[in-house]
Amino acid sequence: MRWMAKEPVISRIKKKRILQLISQGKRVDGRGLLDYREITVEKGVIRTAEGSAMVCLGQTEVVVGVKVGLNAPYPDTPNEGILTVNAELVPLASPTFEPGPPDERAIELARVVDRGIRSSRAIPLERLCIVPGKRVYIIFVDIYILNHDGNLVDASALAALAALSNTKVLGYQIDEEGRILLDKSIWHPLELQNWPVAVSVANIGGELVVDPCLDEELAMEARLTITVDKDGRVCAMQKSGPGSFSAEQVMEAIDIARDKAAELRSMVMR
Amino acid sequence: MTLYFNRRDLVVPGDLLAEGDYEVGENIHKIGNRFYATRVGLFELKDERRITVIALNSIYVPKPGDIVIGDVVDVGVGSWAVDIRAPRLAILRAADALGKPFRPDREELTRFLTVGDTVIAKVKAYDRTRNPLLTLGEPGLGKVTSGLIVRITPSKVPRLIGKKGSMISMLKRETGCQIVIGMNGVVLVRCRNPEDEELLVEAIEKIERESHVEGLTDRVARMIRRRKGLAA
Amino acid sequence: MPHEKPKLIRDDGRRVDGRGPADLRPIHIEVDVLANADGSAYVEQGGTKVLAAVYGPKEIHPRHLGLPNRAVLRCRYHMAPFSVEVRKSPAPSRREIELSKVIREALEPALFLEYYPRTAIDVFIEVLQADGGTRCASITAASLALADAGIPMRDLVAACAAGKVEGILVLDLCDLEDKYGEADMPLAMMPGLGRITLLQMDGMLTPEELKECIKLAMDGCRKIYSMQKEALRERFLRIRREVEAAEAAEGGVGG
Repeated sequence: MRWMAKEPVISRIKKKRILQLISQGKRVDGRGLLDYREITVEKGVIRTAEGSAMVCLGQTEVVVGVKVGLNAPYPDTPNEGILTVNAELVPLASPTFEPGPPDERAIELARVVDRGIRSSRAIPLERLCIVPGKRVYIIFVDIYILNHDGNLVDASALAALAALSNTKVLGYQIDEEGRILLDKSIWHPLELQNWPVAVSVANIGGELVVDPCLDEELAMEARLTITVDKDGRVCAMQKSGPGSFSAEQVMEAIDIARDKAAELRSMVMR
Repeated sequence: MTLYFNRRDLVVPGDLLAEGDYEVGENIHKIGNRFYATRVGLFELKDERRITVIALNSIYVPKPGDIVIGDVVDVGVGSWAVDIRAPRLAILRAADALGKPFRPDREELTRFLTVGDTVIAKVKAYDRTRNPLLTLGEPGLGKVTSGLIVRITPSKVPRLIGKKGSMISMLKRETGCQIVIGMNGVVLVRCRNPEDEELLVEAIEKIERESHVEGLTDRVARMIRRRKGLAA
Repeated sequence: MPHEKPKLIRDDGRRVDGRGPADLRPIHIEVDVLANADGSAYVEQGGTKVLAAVYGPKEIHPRHLGLPNRAVLRCRYHMAPFSVEVRKSPAPSRREIELSKVIREALEPALFLEYYPRTAIDVFIEVLQADGGTRCASITAASLALADAGIPMRDLVAACAAGKVEGILVLDLCDLEDKYGEADMPLAMMPGLGRITLLQMDGMLTPEELKECIKLAMDGCRKIYSMQKEALRERFLRIRREVEAAEAAEGGVGG
């Protein structure tokens, strides 16, 4: 089936080694169980986008481009602008990414990032209305994975936030025929009202581990992604993967996420 | 007879290396009496006659007799498919794995080896038109139950082994680890403690990275001595 | 928003971005930029940013797509939605499908595909930012990615466009020049062998102008070719320099 994902199978000795180390509180790259890999955030990397950012999380690399356009509003929200998030797992990023329409992994990734932004009301959509019921701004957030080494969701959410934080909302002109057209020469910065950050916690051999790299993802039972807003409230959650968590693990993961979110947020708010 | 480069010069595809009555070595394309590099690598003139490029980016081509290390990726009827990081998947037939001729059903096969298992095998046969055939029928070959895999570019395997095995002997001696080098650039490492393992991995990565810079053996030996000196 | 044609050649004869007619835009090339790919390269040419990756040679699935005597070369040219002024849908357009084909055919003559029967060599190109000349920058990057992957090549393939803008023949057209000029002619070649592997034209040129454009483009390709070779060498020479610097720092101490 085209929409089914195809992850590679991890070799047994690799998985064995990962589990062995984790049971000793260590990881394959020397990190602690609750340590993120090295993170770099670069804003404004794509000139053709109205907002953009590149995030490197270890060897996972993600570029997010934000484009601003005009559209008719959705019928049930005539006074609100539109946010739409899309993710492309482009084939150059991994031998398991094939060309074609987004598969279930890409769609889940986009929807989880979207949920974090939407639930936290990071973007004031009511302020993106031009003519109620007729014309509103549409914000396209396009997530582009350039190299997959695990934890695409945290990297993508961070890159999306960074890109939105340097997004220019283009101004508009109304021509003689009453059409509304974008005017690149005038713009104002997109003002964010919240700063949601996603933190993924994996259950690997019963231990909770933050920021799994690709091999760890292939060895893990499941992952819980928790999106935390600027006030420490949880605005989105997603359990992903074939295994399970205990209730205690979920509570602990939430505490870990609230703690880590602040660290990540500071990288974007510089 | 003209040489356009000096020995150990870094050359790239399309570079005209020599003109004249020479022999064609590795990674060379000859047009008329002109010799061109087909890969990025170091220019060499072997026996004063053979124009060769020692490739720095290479692809493993299986040779009968090669020891290789790979992962089982599929189980078929009477055989396993093994990924040995070559352009074609390798095939290990049941008879070549179990050493006796029989036709097991699929259940029996997976009990012996299944998807995700790692094996040390020998290339039994290969020609370009077919998948390489493997065998486990010798001492030292078989399923790997533990250890760490490090991958290097196949063309650098000789550097890791060293002249008459000097480099690998030195590494084994200094780290006390077990090392099995697959000619396909897959290396299996088994150490008694994490410090030795870390040191060995660092040494292997250094060899891979700096193989084109003269004085490698000395540098690696110095690095190991330095790290162990600090630990002592 | 005015949609009148901008002035492409200034009064002093310089182009809209200040270049002379035969000047290339600033070019930055880097090889081995992606960890997962077997080979990769990144090219920036003026405002155009292109990333290329190669996976293979590898077993081809399904089997019947393979060829008994050589590898199959597959190429995907794709533009990111945010790479252009008006957001582009991520689904492949007719233009991307055509360019995927001509780019593949620009690279194919350089490869020894017969060394790897029944396999596929996949080339993936992503345009992250487009400002004209994307197919040429793509070929330049893809050719380096193939070399970086260790795939044996007859020569590198370099590409550059020439064209006509307000009556002047120019090299390496930016997006404005391509949009509003009179002709655009992308060309790719294996400079070491003097063979042209991509040639397209749209617009209007007299035979004399066409000959001039071809010379101009081939000249541009040769310049880009030396930059490609430099980038491939630099990947390894940089390590050599680092090692030598480290040795010098140690001086006669220890060892």
